[in-house]
Amino acid sequence: MNQKTFLAFIGPSVVMMVLFIALPLATVLKQSFYVTQPVYQTLEVETCTPTFTGQLCVKEIKTIPTIGDNGKMITQTSFVGFVNYQNVLELPRVIKAFANNSWRQFMVIDFWKALRFTLSFTLVTLPLVLSFGLIIALCINNVAKSIRGPVIFVSLLPMIITPVIGALSIRWLFIGDGILTSFLEWWLVRDISMFAQAWTIELMMMFYRVWHVAPFAAIVFYAGLQTVNQDTVESAIIDGASRWQKFRYVILPHLMPLIVFVTLIHLMDAYRVFEEVIGFSSQAHVISLQWLTYDFLTSDLMGNRSIGRASASSMLTMIGITLLLIPVLRGVWIDYKGKRL
Amino acid sequence: MTIKKIATTIAISLISSSVWAGCAFENNIELKSLSNSFEAMKSITESMAECGNVTSTLDVDFKDKQPEAFAANPSLYQIGGVSNGTMVPLLNAGTIRPLDDLVAKYGSQLKPSQLIKVNGQVMAIAMMVNNQHLMYREDVLSEFRIAVPTTHAEMVAAAAIIAKYDVVDYPLGGTYKAGWNLGEEFINNYLGNGGAFFGEGNAPSINNATGVATLNTMKSLTEYMDPEYLVSDSTYVQQQFQQGKIAMATLWATRAGAMDNAEESQVVGKVIMASAPMGTALPASTNWWDGLVFATNMTDEQADAAFRVAMEGIDTEMVLANNDDAVWLIDGYVAGSAAAGAIATADNGAAPYPSSSPGMGAMHTALGNGIAAFLTGEKDAATALADIEAAYTISATESGLM
Repeated sequence: MNQKTFLAFIGPSVVMMVLFIALPLATVLKQSFYVTQPVYQTLEVETCTPTFTGQLCVKEIKTIPTIGDNGKMITQTSFVGFVNYQNVLELPRVIKAFANNSWRQFMVIDFWKALRFTLSFTLVTLPLVLSFGLIIALCINNVAKSIRGPVIFVSLLPMIITPVIGALSIRWLFIGDGILTSFLEWWLVRDISMFAQAWTIELMMMFYRVWHVAPFAAIVFYAGLQTVNQDTVESAIIDGASRWQKFRYVILPHLMPLIVFVTLIHLMDAYRVFEEVIGFSSQAHVISLQWLTYDFLTSDLMGNRSIGRASASSMLTMIGITLLLIPVLRGVWIDYKGKRL
Repeated sequence: MTIKKIATTIAISLISSSVWAGCAFENNIELKSLSNSFEAMKSITESMAECGNVTSTLDVDFKDKQPEAFAANPSLYQIGGVSNGTMVPLLNAGTIRPLDDLVAKYGSQLKPSQLIKVNGQVMAIAMMVNNQHLMYREDVLSEFRIAVPTTHAEMVAAAAIIAKYDVVDYPLGGTYKAGWNLGEEFINNYLGNGGAFFGEGNAPSINNATGVATLNTMKSLTEYMDPEYLVSDSTYVQQQFQQGKIAMATLWATRAGAMDNAEESQVVGKVIMASAPMGTALPASTNWWDGLVFATNMTDEQADAAFRVAMEGIDTEMVLANNDDAVWLIDGYVAGSAAAGAIATADNGAAPYPSSSPGMGAMHTALGNGIAAFLTGEKDAATALADIEAAYTISATESGLM
């Protein structure tokens, strides 16, 4: 392919990527260094409001934002350097916690609490997703051809359900005297409150995520299983390889690139865990980095949002994902270079 | 034209005429409203819809949508349902219009107390007042000869007696869901104990003996609640009552009517309303009002129609049909047993929700996020309060208040 055709082919996607990925990212990066505030004025304001018995009028000195001639609030934006990052990371408190040698003090700081959960969530679900995906794929591959279609459809169902809906369904199964909680209570003859402590909520979240994502892994692996070289499998059988050896030395190496692929996708997705926190309303016990960004963006009763801190927290999330992907990508790179040599 | 077509045409014209049967005029202008979702609001929006061409969105997350939606030009909604807390961002941003001329033209039915005035200008029309007060199962309390609790200490003592017997799953309920609800509970109790949230220059001042006492009171109540109290909001507590799972709770007046709704409730006639428990100074509750606002960014024609439709929505006819939905400010309302608790709480001197303090938004958020760590035992009271003050300080500094 000559260079011109090549450029014509990739041109549109490059433009799209710049427009919809690079530019927004650059804006977020910029916003993470700025703070926008309304310009306040102090005025005496008389407000009359209803009470249960009549009306109450109060005169108060109030700090209120100034409205400009165009009817909009006047704001000023100032460069603050790394202040937003400092406010998210709260390093002085981290240092204090370490000085006191206290894991507990460290774990009550929002960002680090969220990071701890996000990382453990990602790293615990990864092997589970991979192994359940493989098991499901092998099962599908071994059922009779006639019922394979329906089996594939049924095993894909969890993935088809909208994430928030899925999380909410699991919540309703377990919250209060939900069906499954009642069943567990009857079975174990004890009172169970799944939403009363962090670890049970975390377990439910991980269970939900594995249930939701394993079908994706399964379908990818199933596609891979279709391309296993049957000659190699047959020669392995002739050589007397057991079922396990066949899997370990023929099928698994063949699936390796797909396993790496699913790992990459899952690391990226799981690090942005969010639906579970909302679905299980777990913010009192468990929060994630993405939820933290969302919380900064939520306006308070007076309409203020922390755009700056939200941007900083997004950038930190991106850095986190990159760091997590480096080992996997490095492995792929070495492998690739090795093959070329 | 076939008979079928004629029949369809007649049917459609009948439907559309019946749509505005309950309304004094036929509205031809497309109108939209955005408000919180609760029983009284449903009654109002249904009554507005009778005028035709009104689409209402009732959404518990309305407060996150309203500021942006009203700032658009033209505004995405013409009518907004607000409370004393949620009106502030709209007022500050200038996205709701003064209503004096409209009130003069179409508002003859309004009582003076319904007019929310800021510097003499009418900015919103209130239709109801609301607060949180004690609801209790009369049958349970009389069975164990427990007097109606008037303080939280008495509530805890009563709960301790009820807990010994197997009459309800949990003696107490509470709207302790982390976030807005939990923040509101603290604000109620802290004001009830006579606390002040701010010092000089919007600086926080909650890390004190009153704050610690308030947190300890809250914790003592949670010991008798469903252990999942940190996910329980108003609807959840209402359902716990309706299903006979709890015996006492402090809950919104707007939920009182639901206790006697035979379609949902198994405890019809058994739940009695009383004043919110007293703190050391005032009842542990805050008074709220709910009202309607109208967007700045719409044509005068739209504003006329929107205001007239709203007046139909909050007229005496609607109140007569839905008397127990709320404590209405509207003519024709008769305070029944469902309102007894709310009125007793107000009579005992409950404070208005302090929405006029500019830092209250950031404070409410910081409280809602920070108190759970104390209740779960991750932090002691003083640390939790210090951390909440620190979180507030970051937000307030960022928004320019400090």
